[in-house]
Amino acid sequence: MNTIELTKICRQVRRDIIEMTANAGSGHPGGSLSAVELLTSVFFNHMRVDPRNPDDPNRDRFVLSKGHAAPCYYGVLAEMGFISRDEFTNFRQLHSILQGHPDCKKVPGVDASTGSLGQGCSIAVGMALGARIQGKDTKVYALLGDGECQEGQIWEAFMAAAHHKLDNLTVIIDNNGLQIDGTNDEVMSLGDLPAKLRAFGFEVFEIDGHDLDAIEEALSTPVSGKPKCILAHTVKGKGVSFMENQVGWHGKAPNAEQREQALKELED
Amino acid sequence: MSEKIATREAYGKALVELGAANEKVVVLDADLAGATMTKHFKAAYPDRFFDCGIAEANMMNIGAGLSTMGLVPFCSTFALFGAGRAYEQIRNSIAYPKFNVKICCSHAGVSVGEDGGSHQAIEDIGLMRLIPGMTVIVPADAKEARKATLALAEFKGPAYMRLARLATPVFEEDYPFEIGKANVLRQGKDAAVFACGLMVNETLEAAKLLAAEGIEISVINVHTIKPIDAACVTEFATKCGNVITVEEHSVIGGLGDAVADVLMGKVSCKFRKIGVNDQFGQSGKAADVLREYGLTADQIAAKIKETL
Repeated sequence: MNTIELTKICRQVRRDIIEMTANAGSGHPGGSLSAVELLTSVFFNHMRVDPRNPDDPNRDRFVLSKGHAAPCYYGVLAEMGFISRDEFTNFRQLHSILQGHPDCKKVPGVDASTGSLGQGCSIAVGMALGARIQGKDTKVYALLGDGECQEGQIWEAFMAAAHHKLDNLTVIIDNNGLQIDGTNDEVMSLGDLPAKLRAFGFEVFEIDGHDLDAIEEALSTPVSGKPKCILAHTVKGKGVSFMENQVGWHGKAPNAEQREQALKELED
Repeated sequence: MSEKIATREAYGKALVELGAANEKVVVLDADLAGATMTKHFKAAYPDRFFDCGIAEANMMNIGAGLSTMGLVPFCSTFALFGAGRAYEQIRNSIAYPKFNVKICCSHAGVSVGEDGGSHQAIEDIGLMRLIPGMTVIVPADAKEARKATLALAEFKGPAYMRLARLATPVFEEDYPFEIGKANVLRQGKDAAVFACGLMVNETLEAAKLLAAEGIEISVINVHTIKPIDAACVTEFATKCGNVITVEEHSVIGGLGDAVADVLMGKVSCKFRKIGVNDQFGQSGKAADVLREYGLTADQIAAKIKETL
């Protein structure tokens, strides 16, 4: 899919994020909006999946380790045809398939239940290993938050990915620089993240995480003998002026007025 | 009673059997293959064995990922580092999505001995049975550990198995094993004694001591703590009137509580839990530590007698 088509989908997914969180009165718009181009590019241009056969054993796998970006995930899954847009109004409601954080037992197209930070990358490592020992050409993608990289288990997973030379694994870090209590640097600095990722054995691609061409190039560049990491610099709340780079929009839903303003800014 | 074999040893050997029978079986460990006995599988099937290093949380989630690829992972470490340290990984990344991962942990209970309280899990049964949908198994001897391991490979869904370090007697009789179905090993009218793990043998020995004094107890091996065999528990509690549970685990959260949950509000009976009384373990020879915590046959017999 070309950049113009992807841009259109990204805009729709952003509108869906606003609608879902506003309707639920809760949820995580900031970190959902920062991940839109990354998730859309992976699903539309790289994942070998079939919405009509979501459990195909030979499909590629995706793990949203930063599970709180569920509204972004659901928006992309709906655009792909895995779920109906009618579900959006049920987001975070009783008996809904669209839980606050993704539940793979409920949502077609979701490969792992996530939300408790730090765990998704290890699951992706298991998927990549499982593919390899069975001789499958499955590719595995994991999308991580930067704040999430404060969890020690992330680095256990990184060590394992390099140890097993998992070149069927692509780790993407949504590096928006913010977390609940402040900036990453204020809360617990990640230090020289690209250097740390290289030291842990990744081939690192440092890009603008909203530049669809740059994302495409990083995703398409083959890497062999080691895992790939795309360190994507992003803007939390991207696309909605009053949410951009604001810590407060991590886990807060827009009210009616803010919803209208956001949707206006996201018009075609 | 003849030879002594640890349940962990039987588990390790059974994994090798499984390796031959089922190519989907994979085994993970966290640098304790020589102690959990997964070393046997590692030697036989190195391509299907993953040592995750000293990183239990990562191991559990790698197991989760492997299961989504259609494999049947067995994750092993010590009970404290599996059920304890990686509790939330098991809860959220294995049990919540109902993944087919088997968590088989050795060195449970105070019979770990010399390593001391830091390494003696007395709360793992409680932690695991708290998780919705988790199956919890505690084999009583090596024969049962083998059967339980084979049964787990066929069983679909998350499960926890508790294994012991200490070599203990292997029962001469070969009992059938079915997940969720307790085994009645001895029938007696004076008390229904429900036991699990290494305490089954101690309780059988206690029963002999009591029989010499004219007290006849029923001994029921509750190898599956969850889902517990409620019908069997209810039947024997009703029949005997006196109920005693025996486990090498804290009296809080383990077999005793599982049995109590079945009987509460339904069966009127005297009830006593024998186990580790809300305290940590300590170093010592396994036999000495078991005696210190009141978990030997003669001590169990005395407590049962006192309860009647």
